[in-house]
Amino acid sequence: MSTTEKLIQMVIAIVLFLGVMAVILLLTQRLRSRAGERVQAAAFIAPSLLLIGVGLLYPAVKTVYLSFRNSASTEFVGFENYQKIFTNADQLQILRNTALWVLLVPTIATAVGLIYAVLVDRARFERFAKALIFLPMAISLVGASIIWKFVYAYKDANANAGTTNGGKVEQIGVLNGILDALGIDTYNFLFNQPWNTLFLIVILIWVQAGFAMTILSASIKAIPEDIIEAARLDGVSGLQLFRHITVPSIRPSLIVVLTTISISTLKVFDIVRSTTGGNFGTKVLAFEFYVQSFRTLNPALGAALATLIFVLVSPIVLYNIRQMRRLEAR
Amino acid sequence: MTTPLPRRITAGIAALAIAGLGLSACGDDSDSGSPSAGGTAPGAGKPECAQLESFGDLTGKTVSVYTSIVAPEDAAHKASYKVFEDCTGATVSYEGSQEFEAQLQVRAQAGNLPDIAYIPQPGLVKSLVEAGYVKEAPQSVSDNVDEFFGEDWKAYGTVDGKFYAAPLGANVKSFVWYSPKMFADNGWEVPTTWDDMMALSDTIAASGVKPWCAGIESGEATGWVLTDWLEDVMLREVGPDVYDQWVNHEIPFNDPQVAAALDTVGGVLKDENYVNGGIGGVTSIATTSFQEGGLPILKGECAMHRQASFYAAQWGEGVKVAEDGDVFAFYLPTENEDFGKPVLGGGEFVTAFSDRPEVQAFQTYLSSDVWANEKAKATPGGGWVSANKGLDIANLNSPIDQLSASILQDPDATFRFDGSDQMPSAVGAGTFWSEMTNWISGDSTSKVLDAIESSWPA
Repeated sequence: MSTTEKLIQMVIAIVLFLGVMAVILLLTQRLRSRAGERVQAAAFIAPSLLLIGVGLLYPAVKTVYLSFRNSASTEFVGFENYQKIFTNADQLQILRNTALWVLLVPTIATAVGLIYAVLVDRARFERFAKALIFLPMAISLVGASIIWKFVYAYKDANANAGTTNGGKVEQIGVLNGILDALGIDTYNFLFNQPWNTLFLIVILIWVQAGFAMTILSASIKAIPEDIIEAARLDGVSGLQLFRHITVPSIRPSLIVVLTTISISTLKVFDIVRSTTGGNFGTKVLAFEFYVQSFRTLNPALGAALATLIFVLVSPIVLYNIRQMRRLEAR
Repeated sequence: MTTPLPRRITAGIAALAIAGLGLSACGDDSDSGSPSAGGTAPGAGKPECAQLESFGDLTGKTVSVYTSIVAPEDAAHKASYKVFEDCTGATVSYEGSQEFEAQLQVRAQAGNLPDIAYIPQPGLVKSLVEAGYVKEAPQSVSDNVDEFFGEDWKAYGTVDGKFYAAPLGANVKSFVWYSPKMFADNGWEVPTTWDDMMALSDTIAASGVKPWCAGIESGEATGWVLTDWLEDVMLREVGPDVYDQWVNHEIPFNDPQVAAALDTVGGVLKDENYVNGGIGGVTSIATTSFQEGGLPILKGECAMHRQASFYAAQWGEGVKVAEDGDVFAFYLPTENEDFGKPVLGGGEFVTAFSDRPEVQAFQTYLSSDVWANEKAKATPGGGWVSANKGLDIANLNSPIDQLSASILQDPDATFRFDGSDQMPSAVGAGTFWSEMTNWISGDSTSKVLDAIESSWPA
């Protein structure tokens, strides 16, 4: 499809949208009674309900349905796909990795963001410091992964040992460059299990810490000045202030940040795909879901993995929404 | 009295009527050779248009083509269609996508298929044929393929005895890259047998240079380089027939012959004395990208790198790829004389999802020697070959393309398509890649072959 065709389609879509809205308005305009308001409300909600139904509910139900069938979707196999997830050695490793990601990324990213927010609060260079840690947020996960792939790039410092014409190996990776300069053996960060998963986790922490910092910093600034003043008059130390005033005051924001990062961690796929391609024992649930569904064409197992992610995410989402409401109510 | 509106309506009715005629014409002609749109082709009488004249005047018709070939390589493709457009009056609408394989299946399910797709995997052609999407190739295409391509090539476009997809481009994977200057300076000779090659490896290793370098990292496709290695050695050690049985799973994936072949590969790539020149030890192969795997040759840190003809694009600006230049390739030697000269390679197949006259005319054009030579001339930078025997090697612009074409046209050569592209995707785009990656990371031959065998879909 050419760009002009796409533009024309866009214009048509906008005109259609305005047209539908105008028709609804015209039709419901005359109904001014109490019942009329209900009709009006229904008329406006119906299109979005329809879209949610088609775009979200139907695929979700279909995915759950597929997860109980065989890979060609010709017959029901009960919980066989789920059984595979929890018994196959490969799949168990995936569950272990996912657990590591979900435990480490939200806690460390939030901790880093919180400490940073407190440290730079009201400092002279606050804006600049905040911009620094916020910048990675502006980079896509694939972009971030490619940057870190270069950081971790590996060449054995002794690869040319014994050659007459070789000599020093040129390091491309920053980390191995530093190790080499310090006279330490170079290290294959993305290869050596199980530590490579931790090095991948660092990437997401690097991206998410800025998000945590921004929300928490705003929250810290919202703590009423008089509480802090009263505490200072009582003679509390900086650490006590942090422990007894700051953290309790921003608790709802902390939870929102933790849960939001947990949700994006459960969905992490880009980092694994672009750094190791899932090799060397670094697969996670969302990546395996993609591989099974679209590459090895085993949509049933893919659907089961998607359903599992959904089941894991749902409680966090519900909790997140409740906390969000509480935060807004204050 | 004519106003614009009625005229448009008449035109619409006429178009519908013509479309109806076209459809009924197709229905009538389906079993009697090429259909025609009637009229005289704009290019009638010109020698290069001879094959296309019978399709008649196709002015105003459009053929949509969907491929995995994107910029900058697509420019040469588009340029090569000019003769077709001049001869028939039809236009070709070209669309390339890097997500081609996945998107094609999505478009098939959505009923939004292009007229023609260039599919690089015979396995995918077969599954689309079995799903009922693909139209049989017209007689004119079949005749062209008989004339210009080998039987091995035609077989890859044939499903259950019916011929569907004609070969388009090709690449040769059985190459070892080396530096002619480095070889000359050290008095090394290009080996012509496997034993010579191993003896040369020992000589080079004794001089202090690691003879081999490799890289298999390729994102989620990591490991494909090793599947090519194993396939190449299979062809040399057990021959094309056993190779076909192995690819089609008529012998188990973990057959002792396969294990022996993989151990032969291991004799090169798992020997710390031989690898990994300029990069590290054996396991560094796993994390080195395939694009960078051969580059140590340029610095004299490595002597040999087995990789396909398309690696020519990786050497970078200013590196002369020629027998008298900085780098060149030799044919990966055979282990014995029993199986002639096996060639492992890949290529695309022209698959049609429509049988309108203009589509069949375009298929005919692509399978002809006219197109192959037009394409060669339209690719001044090189990097393209075809197994089309009508292709004049002098029209190719780079030495490595000329070498590839001469190997493909060699009557002694037995061509075999990349096996992983023919296996079910759970294996060919799944466990075969990942388990070979585990193999170079330290797993044993038997362990990885057993794992691949158990993952083969029932």
